[in-house]
Amino acid sequence: MTFIMSVKMALSSLWSSKIRSFLTMLGIIIGVAAVILLVSMVSSATKSIKLQLESMGTNLISVDINRGWGSGRSVSNAELQSFCDENSDIIAYCSPSIISRGTVKYGGENVTSTLYGVAGEYMAIKNREVVSGRNFTQTDIANRHSVCIIGEYLVQELFGGMDPLEQTIKLNNEIFTVIGVLDQKSSNVSQGGADDMIMIPYSKAQRLLRNAGISSFVISAASSDYTTLATEAVESFLYKKFKNDRFYNVSDQAASIDTVNEALAPMALLAAAIAGISLIVAGIGIMNIMLVTVTERTREIGIRKSIGAKTGTILMQFLVESAALSCIGGLIGIVIGVAGSAGISTAMELPVLTIWEQMGTIVGSFLFSAAMGIIFGIYPARRAAKLNPVDALRYD
Amino acid sequence: MIKIEDMYKIYKVGDSEVRALDGVSLHIKPKEFVSIIGPSGSGKSTLMNMIGCLDTATSGTYLIDGTPIENLSENELAKIRNKKIGFIFQVYNLLPKLTALENVELPLIYQGIRAKERREMAIEALKKVGMEARMHHKPKELSGGQQQRVAIARALAPRPPLILADEPTGALDSKTGVQVMEMLKEIHSDGNTVVLITHNTDIARQAQRVVRIADGKITSDTTNTEGVVCE
Repeated sequence: MTFIMSVKMALSSLWSSKIRSFLTMLGIIIGVAAVILLVSMVSSATKSIKLQLESMGTNLISVDINRGWGSGRSVSNAELQSFCDENSDIIAYCSPSIISRGTVKYGGENVTSTLYGVAGEYMAIKNREVVSGRNFTQTDIANRHSVCIIGEYLVQELFGGMDPLEQTIKLNNEIFTVIGVLDQKSSNVSQGGADDMIMIPYSKAQRLLRNAGISSFVISAASSDYTTLATEAVESFLYKKFKNDRFYNVSDQAASIDTVNEALAPMALLAAAIAGISLIVAGIGIMNIMLVTVTERTREIGIRKSIGAKTGTILMQFLVESAALSCIGGLIGIVIGVAGSAGISTAMELPVLTIWEQMGTIVGSFLFSAAMGIIFGIYPARRAAKLNPVDALRYD
Repeated sequence: MIKIEDMYKIYKVGDSEVRALDGVSLHIKPKEFVSIIGPSGSGKSTLMNMIGCLDTATSGTYLIDGTPIENLSENELAKIRNKKIGFIFQVYNLLPKLTALENVELPLIYQGIRAKERREMAIEALKKVGMEARMHHKPKELSGGQQQRVAIARALAPRPPLILADEPTGALDSKTGVQVMEMLKEIHSDGNTVVLITHNTDIARQAQRVVRIADGKITSDTTNTEGVVCE
């Protein structure tokens, strides 16, 4: 009696009671689909956050210097410039990033926004673009020109969508000319978002805020391979200056992406575990039906034994049946889970995962469901195999 | 072929004992045609289960074809049932979801015979009982007599030396019953040992030898020359 023979017999036996087989499988189908759906949704959300972080610049390194009790701790423009020039092999761009609040007035409109004092390189470092007008030039920086680049939120709030270029606005009661508009980052332009900002030359910001040094700046590494090297270079530069690594904080984007991954990985695992419970319940359902089947087929078992079926043959026959139930259910569940997660991701505007990204979940949930079929199939199959042929033949 | 010595089968029902077999000794030579007759409750079914290696005795010895079976495992018993014994039951006992051919193939599958050879052997057995034309039918599409013929084909297919028939005509009308008996005689004349269990004297008389059993004991054992119609 070969294994293939057992599989054929099991399949024809399952086929002969289609509705019952399908209902028994349903538990496994729902369980596997749920595992794949839940894990995919969490992975999809993670991927979406990662993509957003990456869009802010993968090679980005941000530096904050703790000013502490009026110590005025900072680096000067010249120091930052010379550091960046010395490390030009690993650092592509450098820009101070002086962040404050600013009150912006145009006509009768009055808006409080986030004020950035930056260099022209800031756009390249942060993956931002000036979509109309122009970026800051060296001349703007050197001469502290009163020019600004504004985000889409301000365009809408102050100018009501009208072209803001070459218009003059008042920022903290000083007059600035709008020279550029930033690209729109979010589909819903909102207050406090990535589109609610006004940028001015950092030299002008230092003057405006009466703040000579630079307490925070951003750097982009020459490529993502140099991120670690560049981070180390910044750290040693700052350590040389401050002699204490508590006075500054250097963070790179790659590390933030890792943090997101670390934070969300247990979520995916938790989701899988919850859905996994439903697979155990489904396994118990299979056991239940297999016990009924064994009782119903007592006479068949007696006949088979009387014409020479061995204990192992009967055991294998019923075990293969329950394993087939769970495996077929698992396969159907995979199809539903993969299709469903793609559908939901599309509907929620989340990135759709590829089959390869889901492969671990697919294989894992399939093996788990197959294992449930086998584990919960053992008891009914043993009961069938152990039947006494005389009693089984006499059973009605 | 069969050597049973001093066999007891005792069931415990509550506090009392039921002696289904009470010291039975029976020898059956190869190529004999023996019928075992007795009323219900006489122990003939128990004896048939013993001969068929479906059950084991409380005490006593049993050699089938020279093999002692007392200490065999369930799997070794299954092997003996598969190779040495062809069962024919009163209620046919075909598997309802399989076709006639598949039913006949089943004991051959358990022997591990390859598909092509298995099919040939099964078809040959079906031809012998005149059922090859209906071999792709399921049991419920066949009449009682036809089902019993398929069951006989299943018993014959592995070519066992011993055919064990338990009331093979019990569920059939008299005409088809006669056909089945003719078939058994033919099987016997082909060189098989045939053991027939029945409560019907007319049926029993058609065998060479008639063994009567009552209350778990053999009461008479007669060789009946005029009863053998075949030859």
